[in-house]
Amino acid sequence: MHRKAISAAEAAALITDGSSVMFGGFMGVGTPTRIVDALVARGARDLTIIGNDTARPGVAIGKLIDAGCVAKCIVSHIGTNPVTQKKMIAGEIEVDLVPQGTLAERIRAAGAGLGGILTPTGVGTRVDEGKQVIELEGQSFLLEKALPADVAIILAHEADYNFNLTYRLTATNFNPVMALAAKLVIAEAGEIVPVGVIPPDAVRTPGILVTHLVERPR
Amino acid sequence: MSMEAKEIIARRVALELRDNTLVNLGIGLPTLVARYIPPGIRVHFQSENGIIGFGAPPPEGMEDPNLTDAGGGFISAMPGAASFDSAMSFMLIRGGHLDMTVLGGLQVDARGQLANWMVPGKLVPGMGGAMDLVAGARRVVVAMQHVAKGESKIVPELTLPPTAARPVTLVVTDLAVLEPSAQGLILKECAPGVSVEAVRAATAAPLIIRGDVPEMALTP
Repeated sequence: MHRKAISAAEAAALITDGSSVMFGGFMGVGTPTRIVDALVARGARDLTIIGNDTARPGVAIGKLIDAGCVAKCIVSHIGTNPVTQKKMIAGEIEVDLVPQGTLAERIRAAGAGLGGILTPTGVGTRVDEGKQVIELEGQSFLLEKALPADVAIILAHEADYNFNLTYRLTATNFNPVMALAAKLVIAEAGEIVPVGVIPPDAVRTPGILVTHLVERPR
Repeated sequence: MSMEAKEIIARRVALELRDNTLVNLGIGLPTLVARYIPPGIRVHFQSENGIIGFGAPPPEGMEDPNLTDAGGGFISAMPGAASFDSAMSFMLIRGGHLDMTVLGGLQVDARGQLANWMVPGKLVPGMGGAMDLVAGARRVVVAMQHVAKGESKIVPELTLPPTAARPVTLVVTDLAVLEPSAQGLILKECAPGVSVEAVRAATAAPLIIRGDVPEMALTP
């Protein structure tokens, strides 16, 4: 029932160089910043990061871009981060742009045991290059493959020591689907409360899905 | 774009809002539409980062770091608001639950196809939620300037990468309201003080003009 939390530095050590890392967050809101800071401090390299956007320079996941930790981004948007754009043009970072709803569903598919999804989004655009278009009931859909990762780093609002998680408002975003889609799931929480404090109906990510919880800052 | 041009566009788009509908406003010019909601109707605004029913930013010092819009700016939650994750947010958008989206544009062509997510070799911000919005919303309204840097943004055929294969529902500019149809773009309205000839001159695509073209209304 009670599991032991680890430090942010211990969490960063579990995320090895070259890993694919999903991160919750939308413009940095909902990104676990203590884990990100520990990855920068560790000098992580060659990460493939998967998330909505790369925020801004110096903010949330943007810090990994600044510090040269990232080899590839799979995101829906980089318009708010000129460093990502500069490094992409310089050939230092590979960027794979995915429509936001397709990104959410590809991640969900990975966590749900599905091989992929069929979506109308992207048909007839650059997004459909090299992909199979499937006609069903008179409509065209793109076959988009499931997108799993080695690691997911999650920001919760509350966690308990059984690692059950709750989320808050627009900081929820990609966190719940990512918690199902990676081999190693590491959560950071705004508050850690005793087991029993979070009502079962309020739990959005059951603790059994979470591999590690980062302890509260000392 | 002059303030006047933005206001004309936002006011006209606002007249497309209907009572008790779910609406998503894109970043930039489209967000201005919320200032001109016709009296007596209630619109539920969705922000694709995960909320329905958001309102103006709270007073300084009362912001919640977990309550932001798609641009990362602080917002408030109106009574009755609902928050949800990104998968749910795009189920709403793609699944036919979103009544209308208002998006900015770089180009619209004679078939009504929209380009608004990249300029090859110059600007590659990414599509964010735009491709899902154009593919899934029941009505797609483009709010943009008619002419930029001396060039018409209403073109015979897109020269920029399209956002979706599907044509948009309506195009509102500072000069006109255009409706894509199987035959081409129909000139529905001209902005106050703008002649049909002036719209034609500012439009690179052919226009279909049927009889007298009414003046664009800017108030309900």
